[in-house]
Amino acid sequence: MEEKKAELSAEQKQDELFQRWLEPKDPEGNNLTFKNSGAEKLYRERITRIKDAIQLKKLPDRVPVCPLPSMFPAFYSGISLQEAMYDYDKCCAAWKKYVLDFEPDAHMGCAAPGSGKFFEILDYKLYAWPGHGVSPEHSYQCIEGEYMMADEYDELIHDPSHFFNNIYLPRVFGSLDPFKMLPFLPGILEMYGVAFNFIPYGLPPVQTALKALMEAGSEALKWAGAVGGFDGEMAALGFPQIIGGFTKAPFDTLGDTLRGTKGIMLDMYRQPDKLLQALEVITPLMIKMGVGAAKMNGKPIIFMPLHKGADGFLSDDQFKKFYWPTFRKVIVGLIEEGCVPFPAAEGGYNSRLSVIKDVPKGKTVWMFDKTDMANAKEILGNTACILGNMPLSILNLGTPDDVREYARKLIDDAAEGGGYIMANGAFFDNVKAENLKAMVDFTKEYGVYK
Amino acid sequence: MPRELVNLLSNLKEPESIDYVEKSLGRGVDPLQLLEQAREGMKIVGEKYADEKYFIPDLIFSGEILKGVVDKLKPHLKKKEETSPLGKVVLGTVAGDIHDIGKNLVVFMLDASGFEVLDLGVDVPVEKFVNAIKETGSRVIGLSGFLTLAFQSMKQTVDAIKEAGLHDVKIMIGGGQIDERVRSFSGADAYGKDAMEAVKLVKGWIGG
Repeated sequence: MEEKKAELSAEQKQDELFQRWLEPKDPEGNNLTFKNSGAEKLYRERITRIKDAIQLKKLPDRVPVCPLPSMFPAFYSGISLQEAMYDYDKCCAAWKKYVLDFEPDAHMGCAAPGSGKFFEILDYKLYAWPGHGVSPEHSYQCIEGEYMMADEYDELIHDPSHFFNNIYLPRVFGSLDPFKMLPFLPGILEMYGVAFNFIPYGLPPVQTALKALMEAGSEALKWAGAVGGFDGEMAALGFPQIIGGFTKAPFDTLGDTLRGTKGIMLDMYRQPDKLLQALEVITPLMIKMGVGAAKMNGKPIIFMPLHKGADGFLSDDQFKKFYWPTFRKVIVGLIEEGCVPFPAAEGGYNSRLSVIKDVPKGKTVWMFDKTDMANAKEILGNTACILGNMPLSILNLGTPDDVREYARKLIDDAAEGGGYIMANGAFFDNVKAENLKAMVDFTKEYGVYK
Repeated sequence: MPRELVNLLSNLKEPESIDYVEKSLGRGVDPLQLLEQAREGMKIVGEKYADEKYFIPDLIFSGEILKGVVDKLKPHLKKKEETSPLGKVVLGTVAGDIHDIGKNLVVFMLDASGFEVLDLGVDVPVEKFVNAIKETGSRVIGLSGFLTLAFQSMKQTVDAIKEAGLHDVKIMIGGGQIDERVRSFSGADAYGKDAMEAVKLVKGWIGG
């Protein structure tokens, strides 16, 4: 079996993952029972449509339409975001209403709100969430900071696991502060003195932290049961969930929640070699994160939210030196294991198009926000599937006619010959339902390939 | 005025800038002259950013170098140095939104262009904007926002400013998803797609 795996090409591995997505399992590992043959047919048609748009081999029957909401289903169903985070049943019901009412070709599951109770148990410091720093009706937001200090690169480079366990976790989770005391595991060798290493586990603060960890684990399991159950229920009704897992570009991993925007940008000047070394160290971890999730979930598409490589954030030279090399390695690493990287480029990516073109053909899907789509199609069209660009300002403030007009132009500009998926450009909370409906319905009608 | 520090700072030479300031102070050079050079250097940084020769990391780094320079100069400056800023601008990220990268860039560019900026921070309640305008007499206000919820907050802020009778105040908005449609919805006077446009708008309204 191992040998057979090793012989598979990236192409075969991708087909295998698509096949697993096409044939979903229930929690017991048996073939999922669809509600009826119609649902089963629609489920497979929807995935095939997306697959064809991505692989650029076969023309899809029409342009797939996959709105990518953030917290919209909560607004649409009239529950607060606090309820979405704390009442898993309400959350699932709201997200279900969204999927059934809008009938997208794929949905993103209902994991976006996350579990409020879980974050509370661990006293999460990295984000403010409804009732904890933002009002109950607003979405969670990241609290930028230096969660890794400028002089801690060597800690990360020499032993990333130790860095995350003993340094990063105690900073981002108040309840895990005592993890600072955890032992250095490579010291556990031979017979003599082994027990010394376990002293920290006997200390009261560490024991309290471990109890919090177990409680958090139980809550996570409860939440994951609800979220996973939702995906199964939607699949049985014919609606595939598109996200197989999540990973990041190494520059964003370091720049978003470790060093922070300011920190990483100063490091580019003050300690560029350490920064480059750390990016290389993180790269295989980011690949492993995406591949592991895809294999576990049986779905090829790995979401990658991009932040600091957008137009204006870095110069061309800075992008090519600090951002792209390790980002590309993650993309290629994912592809080699059969995954479909799905980078979401918030902001503009116009100046990056000719650089990011250098990836294997038919193996990626790029979400664009403010990028010129006609230009993206021209430069990337033969290489990658492109997705998105419906402006949030139109979805939020425009009319259904405005939406249709924009969608028509998008399809004309970006969908010729396949390789385009209709979607919003950036993730959205509150938009007008009739506008979203217009985007979906118009695409189903106008986007048919003849 | 000598140009050494202007050049060092605008070319983002951190240790060299600090070293130059230390040595100059040791030689008895007027700290105000050094501060003037630093300001000129920052102006050039702003221009290079506007010309797309510099990007965000370069701006942030120049700000850090300036901080280092000012820290060295401070003990030598007798009193708070008098400046004649071109005009006051009040800026902040609107209620409900805590994003600040975009807002900070606008603050930086306005500051580098010689305007006095009152930065109200993030998640700024409507009343705080209104009060700040009343207290400072500022005629230009900038509202920043990254999330879609900011569309509403911007409109509420604009409405409150008008209801307070502050009709001669010019309001500009900006942020990731902001465009002409959002401007029209909010009732703001203008939107800028980046920090350079914010500077142009302010210059058009209150000179400089």
